[in-house]
Amino acid sequence: MPKKQIGNYTIDVDDEGFLTNLAQWNKDVAAVIAKEEGIAELTPAHWKVIEFMQKDFKENGVVPTIRKLNKLGVISTKELYDIFPGGPAKKAAKIAGLTKPAGCV
Amino acid sequence: MKKLVILGAGTGGTVMANLLNKRLDKKDWSITVIDKDNVHYYQPGFLFIPFGFYTADQITKEKAKFLPKNVEFIVAETERIDPKNNAVVLPGGKRISYDFLIVATGADIQPDETPGMRDGWRESVFDFYTIEGSLALAEKFKTFKGGTIVVHINEMPIKCPVAPLEFAFFCDWCMHRKKRRGEVELVFVTPLSGAFTKPVAAKKLGALLEERNIRTITDFSAERVDATHKKLISYDSREVSFDLLVTVPTNMGAELIERSGLGDELRFIPTDPHTLRSKQHENIFAIGDATNLPSSKAGSVVHFQSEILAANVVRAIEKKPLEEGFDGHSNCFIETGRRKGILIDFNYDLEPLPGRFPFPVIGPLPLLKPSRLNHMGKLAFRWIYWHMLLKGKPIPFIPSRMRLAGKKRPDQS
Repeated sequence: MPKKQIGNYTIDVDDEGFLTNLAQWNKDVAAVIAKEEGIAELTPAHWKVIEFMQKDFKENGVVPTIRKLNKLGVISTKELYDIFPGGPAKKAAKIAGLTKPAGCV
Repeated sequence: MKKLVILGAGTGGTVMANLLNKRLDKKDWSITVIDKDNVHYYQPGFLFIPFGFYTADQITKEKAKFLPKNVEFIVAETERIDPKNNAVVLPGGKRISYDFLIVATGADIQPDETPGMRDGWRESVFDFYTIEGSLALAEKFKTFKGGTIVVHINEMPIKCPVAPLEFAFFCDWCMHRKKRRGEVELVFVTPLSGAFTKPVAAKKLGALLEERNIRTITDFSAERVDATHKKLISYDSREVSFDLLVTVPTNMGAELIERSGLGDELRFIPTDPHTLRSKQHENIFAIGDATNLPSSKAGSVVHFQSEILAANVVRAIEKKPLEEGFDGHSNCFIETGRRKGILIDFNYDLEPLPGRFPFPVIGPLPLLKPSRLNHMGKLAFRWIYWHMLLKGKPIPFIPSRMRLAGKKRPDQS
């Protein structure tokens, strides 16, 4: 399992850079991953999504879908694409320290 | 007398009625099947209709014909399931109580989920996931003057995730045969990052799309359809123009699942991936397209689930622990045109790989490679479906659990 150094933190990640242990996540780690994903600064709108995704993941064991975020009124799909440009489901999950969203077959 | 109720008489419900009719003691148990209509379509046949390969009557039969004679069959809309009181509620308030319930209500297309999609519906925007859509496309193709055909997946998951690829390959082949391929540009638009969800198959199928001169646009999440200007527009503001849009709209479970409070955001039932029991209710099970499982929504998957589900319903009745038997096994023939097909065999953990099936080395069917035999297999499957699969008969040499033997990772020698 690859390891990644972010500032003073060492985190376990998978081959695509998704955290494998949510306990190693913190806001500094999130900010660094966000920069790597092309998001210069995490705004309150980003944090709302990240915090909901983490809470939902802890409750249900799976990364919530874009449709769920939209349906529950967390954020509209259009806005989600605006603030996490280029693959919001994957980017938001990565920044939130969650596993890669399950690819549907 | 105890009662098993099965909601839905499509592939899953019909197989379960046949399997459990044999296994439950008729002195103690009665089985009731409820469906909103009595028409059973061989859904894989929808793909063939627009190209004139099948007619509607070849893929249409009566649901009642495939259910055991002593099973009660009620044709009615279901208002909702009342899981607290173990009853199914029909319109008018009639209640049918159950001891155990199997939900097999399937999935359907929902064009209304995408703004603008209905505007050009069956004029310039078509589906081939319904009998009406397939027949309308067959008519459309008769007068189609050429231009850009966009084959589109709106959102995952969809039933038979390879069907849109097959549709694109068939378009290429049919235009090629009519010596009109030059008049048509073919574009494949998908929300996925490749032609398929899993890397090895995505690479093979992607290469085949390229070989057939089908342009592929990936990571495209459609926000809306502009039917007036014949454009598909994504959330990240990309546009794809079409003359003919053949779309697979968002697939969702039955509305009654939402009314019953049993579904997720796509009205699919949260289901244990290995035992097939509902995660919310101990005496409710689910099968096939109605579940939220990360396996393919396909007839072969229902077939593999059915054996395990029948055993688990019997175990639940006998108050024994359930068998965690389902491994996500899926097995699909993919038509690639030119009288050839590809076969893929995979499960939750192992992606489709090249090799031979069902027996190592001798096959006879090659995996992940276009072959004449796989095409014949796909055609033969219609007979197998009506005569064996729906009756719950085992299909020779193809077990419920996937086998690794005969498969090979491309990087291994």
